[in-house]
Amino acid sequence: MDIDSNQDRMAAFLRDNQEKILARWGELALSSGGGRSSFSEIRSELSDLYPLIVRAMSGADESAAGELKAALAELSRSRARTGATPGETALSVFTLKDAVYELVADQADLTAEYLTFSRMIDDLGLHTFETYAAAREQIIADQAESMLELSTPVVRLWDGIIAVPLVGTLDSARTQLVMEKMLEALVANGADHAVIDITGVPTVDTEVAQHLLKTVMAARLLGAECTICGIRPQIAHTIVSLGIEFGDIATKATLADALAHALNRAGLRVGPA
Amino acid sequence: MDELPIKSGDDVVRVRQCVRTAAAGSGLSLVDQTKVVTAASELARNALIHGGGGLAQVEVTASANGRPGVRVTFSDSGPGIPDVDVAMTDGWTTGSGLGLGLSGARRLVDDFELTSEPGSGTTIVVCKWSR
Amino acid sequence: MERVPIMKIGQILFVSIQIDLQDDTVLQLQEDLAEKLAASKARGVIIDITAVEIVDSFIGRMLTMIGSISKLFDADTVLVGMRPAVAITLTELGLTLSGVRTALNTEKGLRLLGGSV
Repeated sequence: MDIDSNQDRMAAFLRDNQEKILARWGELALSSGGGRSSFSEIRSELSDLYPLIVRAMSGADESAAGELKAALAELSRSRARTGATPGETALSVFTLKDAVYELVADQADLTAEYLTFSRMIDDLGLHTFETYAAAREQIIADQAESMLELSTPVVRLWDGIIAVPLVGTLDSARTQLVMEKMLEALVANGADHAVIDITGVPTVDTEVAQHLLKTVMAARLLGAECTICGIRPQIAHTIVSLGIEFGDIATKATLADALAHALNRAGLRVGPA
Repeated sequence: MDELPIKSGDDVVRVRQCVRTAAAGSGLSLVDQTKVVTAASELARNALIHGGGGLAQVEVTASANGRPGVRVTFSDSGPGIPDVDVAMTDGWTTGSGLGLGLSGARRLVDDFELTSEPGSGTTIVVCKWSR
Repeated sequence: MERVPIMKIGQILFVSIQIDLQDDTVLQLQEDLAEKLAASKARGVIIDITAVEIVDSFIGRMLTMIGSISKLFDADTVLVGMRPAVAITLTELGLTLSGVRTALNTEKGLRLLGGSV
């Protein structure tokens, strides 16, 4: 963002007419894109920005540009939180041009500087748009992470046996999380058997199979054996035609079958009392 | 930035400890710390055994989009790697240990940059960023 | 250079690795173990890596080698206490350490070796 410094006359004009311009800017900003902010909130945001803009314009002070960018980023973030659209936030900045133009229209000597000023305000408006987008992306990323955490529970089925029900696609990010949670659960429960239930995994292709294999490998390094269950009839065909082989990893249709298998391995039997 | 010479097995341990301290201080999760330290161990050993000794530079820094993490640079003035592609292929299921440990190290880190000219040594820069 | 101590209890050799492993240390451990196995009638080796934070491909291969060396002396080896972060890293490296058995802790390791010392 290039701020053309040494706009001394423009800067002076802005300083001299501060009250009038700020008032008009506030009105225009509210009517065009205030989101859910009140007039006084907008007024106070704008009056914080105004002196920074003037300082950046006059080029007198090197830190002004940086402070201005930071203040705009903050404006963007707080508007994002109140649900204003990025267009509304950018518009709030752009309307300063209108407020100034109304006063500058018949002053020919300021025309050239007004153009430069106008371009600078365009850049600032764009900057709020970019910060807004980045802020929303961060929110989405955080939510995705929470969803990932929530959809990876690990339960203790019995002494020494834990179950890891997987829900949703098994990509590398989820696989990492599954491995971490499963291994921690193995340690915490002193378990030596893990049942991985893939009923909730929509497709099993070679990539998903690799991820499952990795998970089993990791469990084995901690001395635990794994059983995969929840292989639905629909995906059984896909697995076989892709040539995926689970080798020496036991696979069962249902969680019940897998539990029986695990109990068997542990030398236990379930029978009538 | 910390600079450590790699001239002996003891130095490889020192590189591990230095990277571990940096990784812990940069906010990486425990698993990510383990991964980057292990990758550093592989690469330091490589520099020692195949590169005839070299240098490691460790710094705590941030990625282009602001995530904190570590960057480790390994440089040696050894014979260089004649065929980088061959050196880097090694299916992860093999683990036979015949490779140079490069492909393994690469899987453990986020960014991996290798420059090598036969006759003028090898430089490898790896980075691990927090999520 | 520090040497990793080997403790013999009954017919089991116990190795607890507490230090940051240097290449020479691991090689020395292999030698020491081979000697102790040859000299005793040990039928099993338990290597406790609960305190080990980093296992790279070299150390991983050395641990597998220890398994093979023990087999030559008719002893089984069990690696116990691997940390989750280490397991995840080894898996990413593609090292399965097949050739050594693994267990969550010493107690389970002993059970694998046939119950008691």
